[in-house]
Amino acid sequence: MDTLEALVRLAWLAGAAAFVLGLMRMNSPATARNGNLLSAGGMAVAVGATAVILAANSSISTSGWIIIGAGVLVGGGLGLYTARTVKMTAMPQLVSLFNAVGGGAAALIAIDDYLRLASVQTFAAGNPIPLETSVATVLDVIIGSVTFTGSLIASGKLQGLIPGKPILIPGGRIVTAALAAIAVGGALYLWAGNVSVPILFVIIAAALVFGVTMVLPIGGADMPVVISLLNSFTGTAVAMAGFVIDNPVLIIAGALVGASGAILTKLMADAMNRSVINIMIGGFGGGEGTLAVAGAEGGSVRGLGVDDAAIQLAYAQNVIVVPGYGLAVAQAQHAVRELADLLESRGVNVSYAIHPVAGRMPGHMNVLLAEANVPYPQLREMDDINPEFERADVALVVGANDVTNPAARRPGSPVSGMPILDVDHAKSIIVIKRSMGRGYAGIDNELYTNPKTGMLFADAKEGLASLTAAVKAL
Amino acid sequence: MSVELLSALTVFVLAILCGFAVISKVPATLHTPLMSGANSIHGIVLVGSMLIAASATEPLSQVLSFVAVAFATMNVVGGYVVTDRMLQMFRKKPVAPKADEAKG
Repeated sequence: MDTLEALVRLAWLAGAAAFVLGLMRMNSPATARNGNLLSAGGMAVAVGATAVILAANSSISTSGWIIIGAGVLVGGGLGLYTARTVKMTAMPQLVSLFNAVGGGAAALIAIDDYLRLASVQTFAAGNPIPLETSVATVLDVIIGSVTFTGSLIASGKLQGLIPGKPILIPGGRIVTAALAAIAVGGALYLWAGNVSVPILFVIIAAALVFGVTMVLPIGGADMPVVISLLNSFTGTAVAMAGFVIDNPVLIIAGALVGASGAILTKLMADAMNRSVINIMIGGFGGGEGTLAVAGAEGGSVRGLGVDDAAIQLAYAQNVIVVPGYGLAVAQAQHAVRELADLLESRGVNVSYAIHPVAGRMPGHMNVLLAEANVPYPQLREMDDINPEFERADVALVVGANDVTNPAARRPGSPVSGMPILDVDHAKSIIVIKRSMGRGYAGIDNELYTNPKTGMLFADAKEGLASLTAAVKAL
Repeated sequence: MSVELLSALTVFVLAILCGFAVISKVPATLHTPLMSGANSIHGIVLVGSMLIAASATEPLSQVLSFVAVAFATMNVVGGYVVTDRMLQMFRKKPVAPKADEAKG
């Protein structure tokens, strides 16, 4: 190893250390941004060092430079543009998209490596690809391909390109099992010492379809956990790519993300009171029988005018705002803050009840409200605020649905067991909602038929703006 | 089993343990940014993509490595930028409350 190569390897080590320290700092809000920058710095060092060693090695051809340059320009441009222009409401599906391409890149590395080894094989038959290489290659290809299509489907579901509802393919379980069997069979064939490019492509095809059939039956409400799990998969695929091309920094960073992503997935699932396995196997809407029970309720809904709602709010002492995804899609975070400011100036106590999965991902609602400059101490976590609903004069539900459904307290409903905000304990309830449409769980919300509840049918942003105007006019 | 493979496995196992240890009790608020941050880190696959692109001579290999480099760069650049955008919002917190939180 010459000096330059030693220096490059040390730079890779420094990059890996920066990833670990960066992730540690991202555990707490005060140091999180700094941690992300540290991690980005580590990435710049590792990539820069790679460019240096390639430049110093005369082995790289002009076409090699063109490929790298063009790839960096195209990929970097797309990444930068989408990351800067995406609306904060659409950010989860973008993260999923970035995860998809990461997994895709990891799989491509193994495919390329295998094609090269296989073509060498034709000249030197009887010299099989070593088991350690074929194991890493096959694992990388399978995990990377599953992540690629799985993340694309997850992203499409959140974007609304694919219906968020669980999609049940007839005989889906059997198809999924068959695909898994094909991939495992192909893997064993290659590990047995056979060299076959067609078999590799059979494995790839099975894994790509497996990613689709794995994510399609899962409901949109569970997508955050799925994306986090796929993120962990990508980490593992990258570590396998590190084994394939014998590169330590890929192994370290990949294993780091694989493991930390797994822990994070568990934390997210815990926050929703669900188990990861439960989500992957079926999730919401698993049995048709449960839907019928919840749908049988019926009951009538009371409409509420803007002026009546404004009076209730203006003369209340304690108001708890319950923001949900409807607020996020309508970009109403600024409108809700204006109303809250106005109410506060009239001496009303306003706080926000943030369900752990409000919005589209854990923490998503906090990000949106922070963007609108809502004071941090007004944002209250579920366990903290639930006892206070009894003292609240008005609970103002803006575009939240399943997380307020009292049906979750009883068994037999698709949302059973999910922790909910005790909105129905408030003295009166105002729900701003566009229509009687259902939430992700696909069931009716018993909160809406509660006699204490008044429904204000409006888009979240317009509804809040007209409420603000009406309170001003009082 | 070669020495190289053995040391690579050592690094792999220790890095996994490190990954388990590095995530402690994270507030739900940070789950999304943390996931996005981890998502950017596996963009390190860019290093591997550059290495295979540099030695690609066959046309198919060149195409594959081009797509790999583009994908990986998108993962890196987009991942860090979007994570930073999320975290930026936590910093813009209005004044008063921060003190009691910091002293906790």
